[in-house]
Amino acid sequence: MVEIEYKNARVKLGDPDLVYEPAEDSFLLADAALEDTESGMRILEVGTGSGFVSAVLRANFENVRIIATEINPHAARCAKKNGVEVLRTDLFRGIKPRSPEARFDLILFNPPYLPTSEEEKVPVWLNYAFDGGASGRETLERFFAEVRAYLRPGGRILVLISSITGVEAVQEKMEGLGFDVDIAGRTKVSFEELVVVRGKLS
Amino acid sequence: MDILACPVCKGDLVLNVVEENEEEVISGTLYCPACGEHYPIDEGIPNLLPPDLRN
Repeated sequence: MVEIEYKNARVKLGDPDLVYEPAEDSFLLADAALEDTESGMRILEVGTGSGFVSAVLRANFENVRIIATEINPHAARCAKKNGVEVLRTDLFRGIKPRSPEARFDLILFNPPYLPTSEEEKVPVWLNYAFDGGASGRETLERFFAEVRAYLRPGGRILVLISSITGVEAVQEKMEGLGFDVDIAGRTKVSFEELVVVRGKLS
Repeated sequence: MDILACPVCKGDLVLNVVEENEEEVISGTLYCPACGEHYPIDEGIPNLLPPDLRN
């Protein structure tokens, strides 16, 4: 099994045909999450894939509780092998909303963001890692519709987006939901710029 | 367990353990009495996808 080492973590990778392989987007989100994590936090990672970001946090903080969700069974098993507490579900579906135990300090999400037409969809689990619907923002919109029910007051979210997704549209959407918004990290990768947008609840 | 909910009705689930270790349930089911639906736990991973999305 292939492993990569990143910021004190050794992370096992799955079959690249079945599990999204950590790339620049994963590294940028992991870096931003490391900056925002504090001891004692309860953290939720939505759509963890191989478990890379959660595994990096676990390797660097002893006293944080991290729970992850993932829809792809191959990716969920990979995350589990990486020591991540994972449940298979679609975004927040299998988690109790507005319950004290499920109010998180920090929620992380690296959504699928490629604009994808009906003809471009492929009938494999890995499709969930890329397919952002016709706008590229469909999964992100569903995330935003629910995320506040899983955050404690003062909680924050870190969302990885691409210039393809439309950074300003996402920032405006988050402001409309009551978040104070800023940029937690950015990097240029060939034809796109990757950005981590941070939203804080007051 | 305290954060899990039925993915269909968001109701509470009843845990049925088949195999567990000191840390976690390895296999078993989560049952939603309101929906009459069982959700499997395999290899330590609860599968809380609605039945139509499960496979």
